[in-house]
Amino acid sequence: MKFDTPAITNPIDKGRVIGVAHDRIDGPAKVTGSAPYAYERHDAAPNAAYGWIVGSAIAKGTIAAMDLRAAEAAPGVLGIVTHANAGKLGKGNYNTAPLLGGPAIKHYDQALALVIANTFENARAAAKLVRIDYAPQDGKFDLAAEQDNAVKPPDGGFSGAADSAVGDFDGAFAKAAVRIDQRYTTPDHSHAMLEPHATTAAWNGEKLTLWTANQMIAWSVGEVAKTLGIPKANVRLVSPYIGGGFGAKLFLRADALLAALGAKQIGRPVKVAIARSQIPNNTTHRPATIQRIRIGADKNGVIDAIGHEVWSGDLPGGGTETAAMQTRLLYGGAHRMTAHRLATLDLPEGNAMRAPGEAVGLLALEVAMDELAEACGVDPVELRIRNDVQYDPEAGAQRPYSSRKLVECLRAGADRFGWSKRNAKPGKVRDGRWLVGMGVASAFRNNLVGKSGARIGVDATGKVIVETDMTDIGTGSYTIIGQTAAEMLGVSLDDIIVRLGDSRFPASAGSGGQWGANSSTAGVYAAAMALRAKLAEKAGYPIDQAQFDDGLVKMGNQSQTLAALAGSEGLWAQDSIEFGDLDKRYVQATFGAHFCEVGVDIDTAEVRIRRMGGAFAAGRILNPKSARSQVIGAMTMGAGSALMEALEVDTRFGLFINHDMAEYAVPVHADIPEQDVLFIDELDDKSSPMKAKGVGELGICGAGAAVANAIYNATGLRLRDYPLTIDKLLKAQMS
Amino acid sequence: MKSFTYSRATSVADAAKTAASTQGARFIAGGTNLLDLMKLQIETPTHLIDVNHLGLDRIEPTPEGGLRIGALVRNTDLAADKVVRRDYGVLSRALLAGASGQLRNKATTAGNLLQRARCPYFYDTNMPCNKRKPGSGCGAIGGISRSLAILGVSDACIAQHPSDMAVAMRLLDAQVDTVGADGVARAIPIVDFHMLPGDTPHVETALKSGEIITSVTLPKPIGGTHVYRKVRDRASYAFALVSVAAVFGKDGGSRFALGGIGAKPWRTPAADAAASSGAKAVAEAALNGARTTHHNDFKKTLVERTLASLYRHKEARS
Ligand SMILES: Cc1cc2nc3c(=O)[nH]c(=O)nc-3n(C[C@H](O)[C@H](O)[C@H](O)COP(=O)(O)OP(=O)(O)OC[C@H]3O[C@@H](n4cnc5c(N)ncnc54)[C@H](O)[C@@H]3O)c2cc1C
Ligand code: SF4
Repeated sequence: MKFDTPAITNPIDKGRVIGVAHDRIDGPAKVTGSAPYAYERHDAAPNAAYGWIVGSAIAKGTIAAMDLRAAEAAPGVLGIVTHANAGKLGKGNYNTAPLLGGPAIKHYDQALALVIANTFENARAAAKLVRIDYAPQDGKFDLAAEQDNAVKPPDGGFSGAADSAVGDFDGAFAKAAVRIDQRYTTPDHSHAMLEPHATTAAWNGEKLTLWTANQMIAWSVGEVAKTLGIPKANVRLVSPYIGGGFGAKLFLRADALLAALGAKQIGRPVKVAIARSQIPNNTTHRPATIQRIRIGADKNGVIDAIGHEVWSGDLPGGGTETAAMQTRLLYGGAHRMTAHRLATLDLPEGNAMRAPGEAVGLLALEVAMDELAEACGVDPVELRIRNDVQYDPEAGAQRPYSSRKLVECLRAGADRFGWSKRNAKPGKVRDGRWLVGMGVASAFRNNLVGKSGARIGVDATGKVIVETDMTDIGTGSYTIIGQTAAEMLGVSLDDIIVRLGDSRFPASAGSGGQWGANSSTAGVYAAAMALRAKLAEKAGYPIDQAQFDDGLVKMGNQSQTLAALAGSEGLWAQDSIEFGDLDKRYVQATFGAHFCEVGVDIDTAEVRIRRMGGAFAAGRILNPKSARSQVIGAMTMGAGSALMEALEVDTRFGLFINHDMAEYAVPVHADIPEQDVLFIDELDDKSSPMKAKGVGELGICGAGAAVANAIYNATGLRLRDYPLTIDKLLKAQMS
Repeated sequence: MKSFTYSRATSVADAAKTAASTQGARFIAGGTNLLDLMKLQIETPTHLIDVNHLGLDRIEPTPEGGLRIGALVRNTDLAADKVVRRDYGVLSRALLAGASGQLRNKATTAGNLLQRARCPYFYDTNMPCNKRKPGSGCGAIGGISRSLAILGVSDACIAQHPSDMAVAMRLLDAQVDTVGADGVARAIPIVDFHMLPGDTPHVETALKSGEIITSVTLPKPIGGTHVYRKVRDRASYAFALVSVAAVFGKDGGSRFALGGIGAKPWRTPAADAAASSGAKAVAEAALNGARTTHHNDFKKTLVERTLASLYRHKEARS
């Protein structure tokens, strides 16, 4: 099904199952431990051996010599994979450094060997006996030091053009009555999802099966095939349950590749998990940024010139953190510029993490807006309303938003939060030992869409079965896909069986960039439309007169059950949704407003969040319950980025030194007392037949800036280097 | 983890003797620190002696009016003990500020005193670390050192002692009771129990080979208002950037011990003596000789501020 004209009234609009809060249909399996995750596929590969990854002890250089003798002789060892015996390997499109290093070493903890043994303990112990002599080389590890050497990256990919310019930014900025010109920094972040990267691999002749934790099944089938040099048809990926991803599992990583190589070498299934302490340096992370924002406005805060420059770094051939993208779209202003510059660094590979670009771009932009509000003496909520724009401000009025309810979010959110009680003067509100402040920030995240397929059938008992390679990374895909099928075929959610995450199923959009929910349910919609046509035809009813209700296909006062129509063979249909150019003709994005109240200890500068609240407009909310979970989880992650999360770079050795969950702090329950989420009613007919948009990443966008702005309101201290920790607050206070 | 053998001690004397006579032997109590370190091969014992079944899990009054806390009393049980909560509140509060409920259920009194450094370089076996591998250098000096110590440090090591409980024990002048390999019992004042790093940061305590901790004894209660304040990057489940254990006496006599900033739990007579002059004076006395890096110099201010907060708190109460 091609989606190239705005949606009209369709079966989803009934809103009988869609748009109603449902518990996760996979919930019972998860809480009873019966949902099998990649590392526990004893059912599928009962005799799997255990692999342990040996990572590089240096950041850059080569292997001078490798001595495997002691490891090979260790108890239980079945084999060792290294570059020397792995055969010729290709490199996938989505990873920058080879997933199995050697002789060249591209980053710290790059996998150099997989030691395989009969038990986990034997593999881990033997891995310590692998002796590697290194010939180290100097590397570049310090983004600030490399800032001036950064270059304009190539245009394209998700990032679009590296630069943009409209009007005369320099001239307008120079003339502006009020000018903000500030530098902000954000550190490297780790995804820190609950389940580490993990894979069980088994070969059957030429055919490889990987039970793995992967967000993007179809992409990764291609990556496995390309890396191993085998046909795609020989690769099967199975990923029905995933313990969180946040972008960490978008791509093929070392666990899957090495499990495949290991299983081949020993002729027996092998499973590999990347150890928690290896994750930050072996896998990907969100790159650090340096950002400069300039805003020129009139005395009323109306923006005339806005500029956002971003510097980030990555391995040679790697990508940019596109943190200026939202600045192209979020606020008005006739004169504009954005620029991204990319430095070469020999740190581990940077890549996508929840809301790449916006998550850190808004940490800067939304603080700059707070600074502008203060400089103009305009309320920060009102300032954002004054700068609202209903079309793409770079392209002009001919490219309107498909729907944009930022103003509604700001107003409703402010109302609900009690924003009017905020004292605009910083440092004036006390509650015992706490200085109390409130902050606001806009939330903005692009709405991306992608081709997505599904197959849907009715069996002889009238059960409806949906199959797609879409993944559920904890987001609730099972449930919304089930709801979509139930709505389309007029059955209850209990009559739906959803099967996900298997490359044998039709290729979906996958989980990433908050495109998954809208695209994959639209794919199910397309397949269900095809099935409805088949069922109607079988019933002998013209499709435009057929009604699907109560497990029946009806026309007037005639009806037939789905079960009867399906017959003993069952009835199946398959289709996919393909998107036309509606996302070119219209800007499609999701919006929100974050509000936060913090307390800052008058003596110790400890920051404690007291309340967070937000209002969000993201098209049709398919399942308000799981959508809320997505948003509060993302708000929590935003709070982490504001207050504590940072991979610390040791620029001498070239690694992230705080590479475990004791040293890389993410918020705990005690950090997040109360979160309130309001969804603003919205249907986006240009986004998909579902009239939905993404919501999984929106909640992180701007959340941290609201925290930072609340800290300013509480204390009068403006910090621009994240995370905003006690040491920085104390230093700011003293200077 | 290297493979190891395991035995259960049958008596305290047996445990000490076996430990001294078995190459590479270590005691295991709750295992919450030792097992983590074994998995990373930072610790590589070849034999574990389980001391969990020796009846060392009781809390009893002493004839002197104090309290004897068995070495194997769990942190949870110690924090919840009625007498501890009534007479040694600072100890209960310090314990509850540490780790998480699950960990405290396993962690023991002796194990807590003996927990090892939380320096990120200590935890990465590819990095130099004099504590883990004597003579290899100190990765933290010149590296990332925000969480590390500013008092009692040396050119060889700047790791802080991470325990909360030990700070309260230091404040209360606890004594560590042991039995040596020769079967002889001795009592080590807590002030002498932890060693400063000097040139030998791998030597962390006064314990001799095979010596087993049997209990920790607290002297008579000292009254006063007991407080423990722990400042950290998140609200729970994190080690202290700075912590202060304090008892404010009715007569103006007060005492202070600091955590998160010292190579061992930190207490100075001068700081106690300065109590009546206020937080700033106490901080100045306590921080005498502090040596900071540009990452952790804020800890000096933070000590002063935390003390100021406690003084305010105290005034609010009285
Ligand atoms: C995630 C995490 C967070 C933590 N957070 C905190 C915190 O915030 N604050 C805090 O204070 N602590 C914290 N801890 C540390 C925790 O308190 C210690 O791990 C625990 O107290 C150790 O006690 P254990 O009984 O488990 O010791 P074990 O691991 O069994 O032993 C530790 C050491 O003591 C030796 N030992 C044990 N018993 C005896 C004995 N009777 N005689 C002689 N030697 C003995 C062992 O040989 C070993 O060397 C944390 C730990 C973890 C894992
Ligand atoms: S501070 Fe101590 S524990 Fe840390 S690296 Fe240096 S010697 Fe090792």
